[in-house]
Amino acid sequence: MARKFDAGYYLSEGVHSIFTHGFMSFAAVCMIVACLLIMGSFTLVAVNLDKNLGDLENENQLAVYIDESYTEEKARALEPQIAQVPNVADMTFETKETALENWKEKYSDVELMDDLPDDAFRDRYYVHMENIELIAQTKQDLENVPGVAKVVAAVEIAEGFVMVRNIATGVALVLVGILLIVSLFIIANTIKLATFYRREEIAIMKMCGATDGFIRWPFVVEGMALGLTGSLLAFFLQWGIYQLVAQNIVKSNGLSLMTMISYISMIDVILPVFCGVGVVIGVGGSLIAIRKFLQV
Amino acid sequence: MIRLIDVYKEYDNGTKALKGVSLRIDDGEFVFLVGPSGSGKSTVIKLITAEIALTEGRIMVNGYNLNNISPRQVPYMRRTLGIIFQDFRLIEKKTVYENLSFAMRAVGATNREVRRRIPYVLKLVGLEQKADRYPGQLSGGEQQRVAIARALVNNPSMIIADEPTGNLDPQRSLEIMMLLERINELGTTVLVVTHEKNLVNRFDKRVVAIENGRIMSDGTGGYYNGEKI
Repeated sequence: MARKFDAGYYLSEGVHSIFTHGFMSFAAVCMIVACLLIMGSFTLVAVNLDKNLGDLENENQLAVYIDESYTEEKARALEPQIAQVPNVADMTFETKETALENWKEKYSDVELMDDLPDDAFRDRYYVHMENIELIAQTKQDLENVPGVAKVVAAVEIAEGFVMVRNIATGVALVLVGILLIVSLFIIANTIKLATFYRREEIAIMKMCGATDGFIRWPFVVEGMALGLTGSLLAFFLQWGIYQLVAQNIVKSNGLSLMTMISYISMIDVILPVFCGVGVVIGVGGSLIAIRKFLQV
Repeated sequence: MIRLIDVYKEYDNGTKALKGVSLRIDDGEFVFLVGPSGSGKSTVIKLITAEIALTEGRIMVNGYNLNNISPRQVPYMRRTLGIIFQDFRLIEKKTVYENLSFAMRAVGATNREVRRRIPYVLKLVGLEQKADRYPGQLSGGEQQRVAIARALVNNPSMIIADEPTGNLDPQRSLEIMMLLERINELGTTVLVVTHEKNLVNRFDKRVVAIENGRIMSDGTGGYYNGEKI
């Protein structure tokens, strides 16, 4: 008589239950939307901050000065050796003449610079790194390349960026984690309230000999459906809010230097994450909510 | 078959509900379990249905040893029992038919089995014309008949009725008891928990009297007529 897994029944019971307990379902969806919007907004702020910090980091480069005794040809020949140094992402070569011109152009209002001799500057490479955290080590490695006279690196500034970024990432992770747990309990309580009205049904099922799994599945389906509905609503609402904020930032004088990542370019991450989190808090909330009522 | 051997039950608050109860109910029997409020009747039922665990002693229910039954086995043990409550415990939002199909689906019955079994059971309890009614549209007696039908629908080997007539007038109570008697005649073991003296005395059945957590008497015939607890 007994069938092990009756997917059709679980599906129809779970979906049917959403509509028969309409108000509680609405409340649960609203809670999921609110939680996802709070978490999503915070994460998007963190991601944009991270990107802007990253851009600033990329502007941080090492100046590798070549020994004065090297001709331009010899200096250029050092490129493969410098490229082999760990953590070097890319480099640009600048001759001493170009460096002098750039210098004069930059400080054209300073008269003293006019008399500088042509060989006042050295040939140099400007090096970008793959990982700014390793700046001190990279500086040292570059100094060990034969022909390199000196390496100038803003180690303190770079380390400052790394620290700010690490703190921002850490704070973001902790806050998102806390929000996730809070959301789970809010959803659990919302569904618990819904389940409270159905404790009699659960008790009857238990007395008839229903297994815990059989009782649980329709609630899992319900939680999953509520979670997905909430996720999709939150996804589109988040889109609207993000666009609105981005437009205002672009228009604003003080914040116009900030670059915002476009929402569309993040859809392939945001949509699965929202759906995943929605389903986890929907299903997790359902399971937490009915746990108590199953102990009969 | 049910066997309780020297069963003790002490609740967490220190109440000693059962103090060495031994009882045997064989297949096909009709038994009244009688006693005043707080005597331990409900504790016996809760122990038999594995709602609570015993403190000491041994309990066997339809081949299951409740002393070492695993939580996974409890639902299967309960499928051998049909339970009827004083307050009917019907789902108000479901029709009579749906209440019964709900109980059948809970143990994994197919649609075909549901369609075949429910009309038979409804006919047995005399409600074949009321399958589409909601519990709120039925009288108390009819609601209890639905509860009996629900208890029977999964074809249990034993029916346990906990104060089944507590919310009914004497005439409806008699009808319900006669229905249970008929179900027993069809081969199902019946255990009725009650404190209604007059009702018990109208049936010539085995009566187990319990008081203060102990079995005071166990015999056939109107218990309340002959002896005083």
